Amino acid sequence: MRIEHTGLSEITGPLIVLDGVDNASFDELCVLAMPGGEHRHGRVIALEDRRAVVQVFEGTRGMSPETTFTRFTGRPMEIPLSREMLGRVFTGAAQPADGLGELFPEERRGIAGSPINPVSRVYPRSCIYTGISAIDAMSTLIRGQKLPIFSGAGIRHNEVAAQMVRQASVADDDAGFAIVFAAMGVKNDVADFFRKSFEESGALQRVVMYLNLASDPIIERILTPRCALTAAEYLAFTLDYHVLVVMTDMSSYCEALREFSSSKGEIPSRKGFPSYLYSDLASLYERAGMIAGHTGSVTQVPVLTMPGDDITHPIPDLTVYITEGQIVLSREFDQRGLYPPIAVLPSLSRLMKDGIGKDYTREDHPALQNQLFSSYARVQEARALASVIGEEELSEVDRKYLKFGTLFEETFLRQAPDENRTIDRTLEIGWQCLSVLPREELDRVDAVLLKKLFREDDPAALRGSM
Amino acid sequence: MSLIVHGINGPVVKLRPGGALSMLEIVYVGRQRLVGEVVGIAGDTATVQVYEDTAGLRPGDEAERGGGPLELQLGPGLLHNIFDGIARPLRVIESRTGPFMARGVNIPSLDPERLWDVTLHVTEGDELKSGDIYASCPETELVTHKCVCPFAGRVTRAAQSGKYGVNSVVCALTDAKGREHELTLCGRWPIRRPRPVLRRLPIDRPLLTGQRIIDSLFPIAKGGCAAVPGPFGAGKTITQHQLAKWSDADIVVYLGCGERGNEMTQVLEEFGALLDPRSGKPLLDRTVLIANTSNMPVAAREASVYTGMTIAEYYRDMGYHVALMADSTSRWAEAMREISGRLEEMPAEEGYPAYLSSRLAEFYERAGYTVTLGGNEGSVTVIGAVSPQGGDFSEPVTQNTKRFIRTFWALDRQLAYARHFPSINWITSYSEYLDDLAPWYEEHLGRDFAHLRSRVTNLLIEESKLMEIVKLIGADILPEDQKLIIEAARVVRLGFLQQNAYHATDTFVPIEKQKRMMELMLRLYDGALTLVERGIPLSQLKETGIFDELIRMKYDIPNDSLHLLDGTGENIDKALRAVTEANE
Repeated sequence: MRIEHTGLSEITGPLIVLDGVDNASFDELCVLAMPGGEHRHGRVIALEDRRAVVQVFEGTRGMSPETTFTRFTGRPMEIPLSREMLGRVFTGAAQPADGLGELFPEERRGIAGSPINPVSRVYPRSCIYTGISAIDAMSTLIRGQKLPIFSGAGIRHNEVAAQMVRQASVADDDAGFAIVFAAMGVKNDVADFFRKSFEESGALQRVVMYLNLASDPIIERILTPRCALTAAEYLAFTLDYHVLVVMTDMSSYCEALREFSSSKGEIPSRKGFPSYLYSDLASLYERAGMIAGHTGSVTQVPVLTMPGDDITHPIPDLTVYITEGQIVLSREFDQRGLYPPIAVLPSLSRLMKDGIGKDYTREDHPALQNQLFSSYARVQEARALASVIGEEELSEVDRKYLKFGTLFEETFLRQAPDENRTIDRTLEIGWQCLSVLPREELDRVDAVLLKKLFREDDPAALRGSM
Repeated sequence: MSLIVHGINGPVVKLRPGGALSMLEIVYVGRQRLVGEVVGIAGDTATVQVYEDTAGLRPGDEAERGGGPLELQLGPGLLHNIFDGIARPLRVIESRTGPFMARGVNIPSLDPERLWDVTLHVTEGDELKSGDIYASCPETELVTHKCVCPFAGRVTRAAQSGKYGVNSVVCALTDAKGREHELTLCGRWPIRRPRPVLRRLPIDRPLLTGQRIIDSLFPIAKGGCAAVPGPFGAGKTITQHQLAKWSDADIVVYLGCGERGNEMTQVLEEFGALLDPRSGKPLLDRTVLIANTSNMPVAAREASVYTGMTIAEYYRDMGYHVALMADSTSRWAEAMREISGRLEEMPAEEGYPAYLSSRLAEFYERAGYTVTLGGNEGSVTVIGAVSPQGGDFSEPVTQNTKRFIRTFWALDRQLAYARHFPSINWITSYSEYLDDLAPWYEEHLGRDFAHLRSRVTNLLIEESKLMEIVKLIGADILPEDQKLIIEAARVVRLGFLQQNAYHATDTFVPIEKQKRMMELMLRLYDGALTLVERGIPLSQLKETGIFDELIRMKYDIPNDSLHLLDGTGENIDKALRAVTEANE
C-alpha cells in the first residue's frame, strides 16, 4: 500500500521521525522528496502506533521538518538484477555509478535475503585456485566457503585481495566465474586501485562492483554488502555462476553499524557495538554456500582491518566464529617487503581438509601441507632459541630448520603480485623447501609418499635460495 | 477482543490489549502468522519476541493468541530428523518453500501421514499410572519408541495393535474425576518446563566415549554435565562430533545453536553415512538434529536449547540414556543478550543480562540420572560447548558455566597448532566425577585402574614442570631420570592422548584397550627407571625403538585383537633385557 506524508516531527542524526503515519510497515522503503527536486531513500526501522522512525540512506543534511515529503512504497528495499550487471559499477545502494544508465531488470529482489535451509545445502568440497601458494597449499579456499582476510591498517591486503580476484579459477568445471566486489568505506583511490587492477587483467567483464566510499553515508554502507550478496545469490543460484564475493572493509561496516545503533539510542554492548553484531554479521557471512540441485556457488572473501592489530577485538572475534577459517596477514612480513604477507601459522581454512588431496588437488597435498605447517612452526621455536643463545650455539637440526624457514619464506611464500602459480608448481616448491631438512624430521608424511617425492638436499632448492 | 500490533522494533513487537495474555504464551502475529512468545506485560501492553523476521509487519495488524506456552509435539518420527530451533521439520519446510527459508511456515513437527507399526500394551479395564507405557512402535531400526502415559486413569477403550499415524487415537483413559482423555501416539510439552521424574539417582556410571583422554583421565558420568570451552580453531567442533558419534548413549540430541550452516550440513552428511559402532546401523537412527544456524532468527536460537533439552527428556522418560550436545551455549547466551538489549533491560557483566547465571543453572540442572515415572532408569547427559570471546576463559559465559558443570575439557589452541588432537589440555582440564565413578571403574576394570590413571596424570604433571626448565636451558643437561620422565610423557602424549579421528582403528578405542595401553606405558617406564638407576644411559634403550613401538600400538593393534598387546609387553621386556645384558 502506498502512502504519502508531508512533514517530519524530528530529525536526529541519520534518523527521521514521522507522526500520524497510517499503514507503514516494518522494514519498508520510503522515498523522501526535498524542495529542489532531490530524492533520498529511507527505511522504516521502528514503528510505534502512528509514529514511524526512518533511517535515511543518504543522510539528513539539508533536510527540513516542514518541507520534506515522504512516500512509503509499501515494499522493503529491492534491487534490480540481471545478467547485464556483470561489468557494471554501482553505488553502495545499487544505483548505477558508471554513467551507463539504469539496469534493465530481469528480476527485483529484497536485499535482506533469507537463510538457506541447512538441509538444502551441499557441503563444500571443491577448491578455488588463487594462484597464491600460501593460500592454495596452506589455507585452500573452497567453493561455498567464507574465508576472511585479517589485516591491519597499512598492510597490503588490497593487493592480496585484488590478486586473488584476478587469478581466481575453479578447478574442474566450466561454469561461468563471476566476481562481486563490495567496497565499504574505502578511500576513493583504493576503489580506483581495484577497478584498474580488474581492468588491466581483463577481468572487469566478470566483475560487479558496489562502491560505498569513505565519504559516503554510513546508512548506505549498511546496505552495501546486502546489495552485493543479493546480486551474488542471483548470479549463483539463478544463472549458475561460481561467484566470489570480496567485501572490504568489514571493520568500516561494523563501525557504521555502531554509529547507527548509537544514533537509535540502543544499549551498547562490547566496545560500544550493538548487542546484535553477531547476528548481523552472521546474516551476511552465512549467505555463502552451495545448494543442492544448483551448479553455482557463493564464496566470500571479506577483508577486515583489525583495529590495533588485535585479533581479540569484537569484529575479528565474532567474525571467526561465523566464518570457516581466516587468512591472517603479518605486519612483520609486510615491513620486510615479503609479498604476499600471509602469516601461515595463524591462518586456517576449516573446509580444506575435505577439498584437497586425491580426487581434488593432488594426492600428496594434505601430508605436505601438514608437514610444511609443523616444520614451519618448529622454525619459530628455533628462531626464538637462536635469539637467546645465538645461532652458532644451535644444534645441527635447529640450524637446518633456520635454513628451511628462510627458504620457505623466500621461495614458497614470496611471489610477485602478477605471478599465478599452478597447484603443481606450488607443491613442487614445497617439497624443494623440505629437502633441506633431514628425512627423519618429516614425521607427517607417510613412508610411501616420502620415498616418491622427497629428495634430500634438492639442488633446485639450493638454487632457489640464492 | 482481538489483539492489535502497536509497535515493532526488530524481533520485538508490542501488542494491545495485552492484559489477558500470560507470560510465555505463544501468539501468531500478522497475516503471515509469525510465531512469537510473550516476554513481558506492562499495563495493557504485551511485549512479544517474534521467532521470525518481522519485515512487512505494520501497526494495526492483528495477532492471535496461542492459548499456552511454546510446546513441542513429541512422538515417533523425531529420530532421523532435523528441526529448526522451534522444532519445525527442515526437510518438510524445504519441500514447501525451496532452499531459502520462508516465514510464517506452521508445520507440525511430526509427519501426520506416516503410519507406525504400533503394539498396544493395554486393554480395556487396565489401571494405568502416570509413566506407564501404553503403546510402542519401532521408530528406527535401532530404537523402539514407547508412548508414556501422561497421567493416571483406567483404560476405557483400547485399539488393536496395527498401523497408526501419530494423531490416531489408540486408547482412552478415564481419570479419577471421571473425565475421559483420548491418547494418541504423540503428546505435547512446554519447552521451558522440566519434565517430571520419580526421583534422581546418584551418578555412578560413566558415559563411555571411546576417546582415551576422556574415558581414562577426565570421564563424564551418565547424567552429568560437561563443558568444552574452545577458542576458535581449537578443534571444538571435531571433539563434539567424535562424542556424538562414539558415546555409548542410546539417543543423541545434537543441537547446532547459532553455528555455521556448512557445519550443520557436514553433520547431516556424516551422521547419515556413519554407522553406529555397536549395531552397524546408521548413526542418524539414534540421533535428533536441531539446526538453528547463526543467520536464522535470534529468538528461535534462544529457544533451541530448550527444544533440545525437552526432546532429550522425552526419550529419557522412555528409559533411555540420552546425550545432549549443545554447540554452542555461548551463542545461546548471546541470543539472550541480544534480546535483552532489544527489551531495554539493564545489562550486567559484558552486556549480558543479570539472569544469565540463573538461566544457565536451570538448563544444566535438567540433566541427571533418574528413575522415570514409569520406574525405569534413564539419564540426560549434557555436553555444552562454550566459545569464549577472544579465547578468554574469564568471560562471563565460561565462568558461569563452570559453576554448573563438573567435567571441564579445556581445549587448547597451542595444542591444535601443534596438530595434537583431541586438543584437550591435560593440565587445565578436570573431572569432578572421578570419585563418583570410582566404584564402577573398580568393578569393571579392576582396582588398579585408578592407580594407573593417577600415575599417568602425575607423569604428565612432572613433565610439564620439567618443560619449564627445558625451555630455558635445554634438555641435554637434565639428569637421566628426568630425561626418562620427559621421554615417557612423550610416549603418553603421542601414543595415548593424541587420538586420530580419521583413523579407522584409532577413532574409537574400548576402555579395556585404554587400560592395557596405560599399563604397557607404565611398565616400560618402570623398567627403564630400573636401568637408569643402575647408571645405564637412556639413549641405549631409546635406540631399541621400543618407545616408538608403544607410540604406534594405537594404530598397530586392532581393537578386537587385544591379545596382541601381550606381544607388545614381551617386546618391552625383550628390549629391557637386551639393554641390561649389553651393560653386564
